[in-house]
Amino acid sequence: MAGAAAIELEGVAKRYGALVALADVTLRVTQGEFVALVGGSGSGKTTLLKTINRLVAPDAGRIRVEGEAAEAIAPHELRRRIGYVFQEIGLFPHLSVAENIGVTPRLLGWDRGRIAARTATLLDLVALPREVAGRAPAELSGGQRQRVGVARALAAEPAIMLMDEPFGALDPLTRDQLGADYRDLHERLGLTTLMVTHDMTEAVLLADRVVVLSAGRIVADGKPAELLARATDPDVRALLEAPKRQADRLQARLSGATG
Amino acid sequence: MSARVAAAWALLPGYLAWHVVLSLSALALGVAISLPLAVAASRSIRLRWPVLAFASLIQTIPSLALLALFYPLLLALSALTRATVGVSFPALGFLPSLLALTLYSMLPILRNGVAGVLGVDPAIREAADGVGMTPRQKLLQVELPLAAPVIMAGVRTAAVWTIGAATLSTPVGQTSLGNYIFAGLQTENWVFVLFGCVASAALALIADQLLGLLEVSARRRSRPLALGAVIALLAGAALAITPLLSFGRPASYVIGAKNFSEQYILAELMADRLEARGARVTRKEDLGSAVAYRALAAGEIDAYVDYSGTLWTNVLQRTDNPGRAAVLRELTAELRRRDGVVVLGSLGFENAYAFAMRPDRAGALHIASISDLAREAPRLTLGSDLEFLSRPEWKAVKTAYGLAFSAERSYQPTFMYRALTDGEVDVISAFSSDGRIAAQHLVVLADPKGAIPPYDAVVLISPKRAGDARLRAALQPLIGKISVEAMRSANYSVDRDRAKATPAEAARALDAAIRAAATSPRPVPRPRR
Repeated sequence: MAGAAAIELEGVAKRYGALVALADVTLRVTQGEFVALVGGSGSGKTTLLKTINRLVAPDAGRIRVEGEAAEAIAPHELRRRIGYVFQEIGLFPHLSVAENIGVTPRLLGWDRGRIAARTATLLDLVALPREVAGRAPAELSGGQRQRVGVARALAAEPAIMLMDEPFGALDPLTRDQLGADYRDLHERLGLTTLMVTHDMTEAVLLADRVVVLSAGRIVADGKPAELLARATDPDVRALLEAPKRQADRLQARLSGATG
Repeated sequence: MSARVAAAWALLPGYLAWHVVLSLSALALGVAISLPLAVAASRSIRLRWPVLAFASLIQTIPSLALLALFYPLLLALSALTRATVGVSFPALGFLPSLLALTLYSMLPILRNGVAGVLGVDPAIREAADGVGMTPRQKLLQVELPLAAPVIMAGVRTAAVWTIGAATLSTPVGQTSLGNYIFAGLQTENWVFVLFGCVASAALALIADQLLGLLEVSARRRSRPLALGAVIALLAGAALAITPLLSFGRPASYVIGAKNFSEQYILAELMADRLEARGARVTRKEDLGSAVAYRALAAGEIDAYVDYSGTLWTNVLQRTDNPGRAAVLRELTAELRRRDGVVVLGSLGFENAYAFAMRPDRAGALHIASISDLAREAPRLTLGSDLEFLSRPEWKAVKTAYGLAFSAERSYQPTFMYRALTDGEVDVISAFSSDGRIAAQHLVVLADPKGAIPPYDAVVLISPKRAGDARLRAALQPLIGKISVEAMRSANYSVDRDRAKATPAEAARALDAAIRAAATSPRPVPRPRR
């Protein structure tokens, strides 16, 4: 693997009572990579993501972020360096769109002018009209809200983005558009992205590398095409083949309908 | 009617000001304590249950009892701090009222505070962590602003409760709108009672509406609306409190009174005499018997009128009856020695406990004395005031004559006379100086065994004011100058149903009678026995 490591996990374990969420997970994400974490419900993918910005404290193992030990950094300072986007979005309802986007820069003590300029840039970047800046989150559509969520995560110019099913609650069209737009941002800003999804199609379409989790362990890790060629585990194969199978069925039905 | 409304209006600025100061302080203190406690309770399940249970428990205590309980508590605490660090504080008046009302205001703020903070969407909490807020920043910038409408609703409820319950601070010596209600109930001045109710309800309503505006502004996140509501609240409070600003001047005397007409009239009379000498006087009315004496001994009130028999049995715990003059003599020496309290002298009349019956009933049963009463008692019902049945005098009479009634009922003095008239009770523990005895032609039963001690009305002065020349000079001329007839007629002018006088008017009339008697050659007849 070439390039410097952005995120490194070594022997990370976490359990909730009797339930094993993560069992001895070791993972290295290189700077600039777009990695999709895939797995069924309860596979531990969200827990893994949250150990990186210390929203979840692991029971064992070491985590390094940009070469630094994560536990050596105060949680709030670590989180200000890492963008975080999740399905529920969690926009602050008592703040305007602009105030939501500017929240981390404000916590970092940026001056007003710099925050205003950054907010304008970000609205352009996530393809939102500038006039939404003064609105309340409740006045926006679901897709617009998640664009604000992405802008908020990017506001303090983080090098790393953690995304937990970011587009899961959106309608298919919006979801497709937003996914493509984000992939574009990832390239342009030179980000390192770790994205949790249960949708293999989304993973294959957006990510450079797919990591499959099952019962708290990594069961497959590689480029989509490589994985499809190499994987022996029947569950993993089923998961990986799902997009292809779907595409084929779609093709068959559509051609059947027209021909 | 309109004169009574005018009298009520004249008292409003002072009563309202104290009511606002008291409610506002209690509410502010309640918020200051409850809000951090609510935040802590929302963080810890282990803390949440005991905190909410304690606040609910407080709420189950009747508010009047809660206020009453703080008096002995503070008295003991004050004695403790005086003994240890040499600092004492008043146990009567503002402090016990403030503490009780503060406790009372806590439940709605706590409950809504916990519910408000816990009600914040978990996704928004996670986002606050995710963007890099410290726990403190999360609380101040996200959780509290989002919980604000719910918290404000709790504060609103607390404000209404506090303003209502503050009327009950009158019996522990704190002036409030409750003074109208308690005094009105005693003297059957329904205009006063109604006035007190309307005034406190109006105050509660205004506070509720303004706090409601604050709640709406928190919900709509409108800063101008919030600012407007806060300014209106502060301006209203400042306006209400203004009359108190002139009260703070020194050399102010405090005249106490227990909770019946004669006491109100005599307190007014003493206050008038002091004010005529240029003194500033405040009045603490509606005090219970034991509370009044202890407040005087502690210097919280400077003077009041008590009765020799009451002090003899309740303070000195004596059960013997050596006769009127001896009781007065021993009492004067003993109170001076024990508490440093000065017995200035007897006003010249007695207000004794006396068993009284309707003439028709007494005639039919051939009852003329308590001995006769004892014979018929098992078939009769006794009506008494609120404290008589728990006083040593009652035990003494009961033992001396072997009295055993079929039932015993307690009333406010006013209602006790009504109960007798209506035949609800057969005999009452009346007061000998009460104008209603003569007006209703009641038969007062003789006490052949002398079980009831003498009850000379005596002026008491606190140890703190023992050497105060102005106070003595103002009150000394009243000693021996009030006949039982003059007192009865003054009492009756307040207690009667028609053409009622206020205690202040009755005091002025009594004062005029005293001055007229002083200039006439014939002296006020000395009491018999």
